[in-house]
Amino acid sequence: MINALPPAVILIVGALLIPLLKGRMKQAWMLLLPIASFVNLLSIPPGSHWSFSFLGYELVLGQLDRLSLIFGYIFHLIAFITNLYALHVEDRVQNIAGLAYAGAALGVIFAGDFFTLFVFWELLTICATFLVLARRTPEAFGAGFRYFMVHVAGGLCLLAGILLHVQQTGSVAVTFLGLNGLASYLIFIGVGVNCAWPLLHTWLTDAYPASTVTGTIYLSAFTTKAAVYLLARSFAGTDALIWIGAVMAGFPIFYAVIENDLRRVLAYSLINQVGFMVVGIGIGTELAVNGAVAHAFNDILFKGLLFMTMGAVLYRTGKINATDLGGLYKSMPWTCAFCIVGAASISAFPLFSGFVSKSMVMEAAAHDNLRLVWFVLLFASAGVFHHAGIKIPFFAFYSHDSGLRCKEAPRHMLLAMGLTAFLCIFIGSFPQYLYRLLPYATDYQPYTVSHVVAQTQLLFFSALAFTLLLLSGIYPAEIRSVNVDADWVYRKGGRLFYSLSDRIFNGLNNWGDRIFVRGIPGALARFFADPGANLQKAGARLTSGSSRDLAAIDAAIERRSRLGAYPVGIGVLLAVLCLSVMSFIFFW
Amino acid sequence: MKKTPEHEPPQAHPNAAGDEKPGIFDNPRNVRRLLQGFYACVVMLLLVDLFYHKHALFPWEEKFGFYAIYGFVACVILVLVAKYILRPLVMRKEDYYD
Repeated sequence: MINALPPAVILIVGALLIPLLKGRMKQAWMLLLPIASFVNLLSIPPGSHWSFSFLGYELVLGQLDRLSLIFGYIFHLIAFITNLYALHVEDRVQNIAGLAYAGAALGVIFAGDFFTLFVFWELLTICATFLVLARRTPEAFGAGFRYFMVHVAGGLCLLAGILLHVQQTGSVAVTFLGLNGLASYLIFIGVGVNCAWPLLHTWLTDAYPASTVTGTIYLSAFTTKAAVYLLARSFAGTDALIWIGAVMAGFPIFYAVIENDLRRVLAYSLINQVGFMVVGIGIGTELAVNGAVAHAFNDILFKGLLFMTMGAVLYRTGKINATDLGGLYKSMPWTCAFCIVGAASISAFPLFSGFVSKSMVMEAAAHDNLRLVWFVLLFASAGVFHHAGIKIPFFAFYSHDSGLRCKEAPRHMLLAMGLTAFLCIFIGSFPQYLYRLLPYATDYQPYTVSHVVAQTQLLFFSALAFTLLLLSGIYPAEIRSVNVDADWVYRKGGRLFYSLSDRIFNGLNNWGDRIFVRGIPGALARFFADPGANLQKAGARLTSGSSRDLAAIDAAIERRSRLGAYPVGIGVLLAVLCLSVMSFIFFW
Repeated sequence: MKKTPEHEPPQAHPNAAGDEKPGIFDNPRNVRRLLQGFYACVVMLLLVDLFYHKHALFPWEEKFGFYAIYGFVACVILVLVAKYILRPLVMRKEDYYD
């Protein structure tokens, strides 16, 4: 037994203690927790720890190997950076949800069994939902609700898969599964929801831009990357992932070009980057998986950096739409510089972090002779530069002067962004330190003349296209609008379903009410109030040719009915009298 | 639950009175210089293609200017498709979902 605690414990328990602290104490606590948790992680030797038996199954809280450890390192790093960035946040909901969210992500990647994994998986969803709701605007409430519903559905799918899997194999261990049979498909799709696969992706572009300034930074780091980890663990080499990833890398860039909300542009480019990781995992070779994991590591940093810079803009100006921004390089020069570093990193400029990981995936695709996928990825590489690399900094900080004048971002935000920017350049310049952490040993060399020149040409000519299109006025002007995506299905479709259900079921209900509640019992009640008279009236209507005497006949019927003076009544009276007389004579 | 303001209100900059220094790109000459420098870089990058031995995995990578042309064409197609095909299909008013 070792002295350390399970990796997720420190952050989650630490988050629960936040309500007891305030002011500087709380800030120090927020910064110390990730460091303490990281030191704790370093003290745990690789292998399986904290295993115990539960209902006959072997649960493992800490499964440490090279794949889970690298995710553990980057999750700690980004948790620290984000806490630094969010140092000013006094809202305890966000403080707690953010820390517990990071802890839940650690729980997922170090879980050795599917039950533990599922518990932390759901905790991720809950914490993320609170991070969205914490913005407390009607849009955020709507987006948070949709986020929760989609992830609960995905979680149920995952749970169904896990239960089937356990039923079939008797094992709860998180290991390689591959696609074989219903159980694995359900797990695959459940993970795919969190991974933002095409058509399942809209929770991401819906909720991330709706969250708070700081909440989005947490969100961008954990959910999708934990899903990438699980794919690498359980579905490496699954061919379907290659195509799923290629579509993910390709389609969001079109949306990103016409999107006005700059944080939503980043959300689309997040899907695009996760696409590269998913392709790498689908290829499944050592180089490809290394590339996917390295890219996840880098993406957490540069996407976090880009979200931080846009968060700073939103924090200072209260605006995030490209139509409202522009010219901020004068007011926020540092934020602008950090944004450009993030943009260069995501675009994979040589010496920036994206370059040293994206090229691994591209090369792995080329080694497997996946020509079409390679072309799609190259297209996505050019496209990501176009929308995230140029569009974000250009429309926020340059473009036309929006007239906005504000202060530079607060010092702690600048520190967080500066640290991340430094790491982006450091990893890009000295990739060997990252490569040493990767799941497989590698001697990959990103800096060959061919690579550097080819990538630089690709990017510069993409920039040339942007410049010429912008100068010629062809580049689409930013327009305040909503761009319909697959979430139309449940946002409008949900409403259609609601109104259809309303018409069908409430219509049925009204009809039933009219007929069975009011119609039939009413008619029966009226009839049985005076059944004899009513029968006679109906008979009279049937037999009398004209309606001339009907009123008189009805009056006669009613009078007789009231008096009980019917022929049949008189007959009965006579019969009774006759019987009485006969009985009298007979028994006398 | 304590409600904290999410954003600071945009404040007047110390220099907002109109006496602020013009930014570097407020001068059209600087923008022109930047663009000229950029075009020069682009041309040089294309010419570099002639002078080094390419290490290619696919045959087409060795063609002159493959990456340059692909990058340019890809972005033009991207923008045109986004503007003329995707936007008419998906764009709605801002209150579409309300």
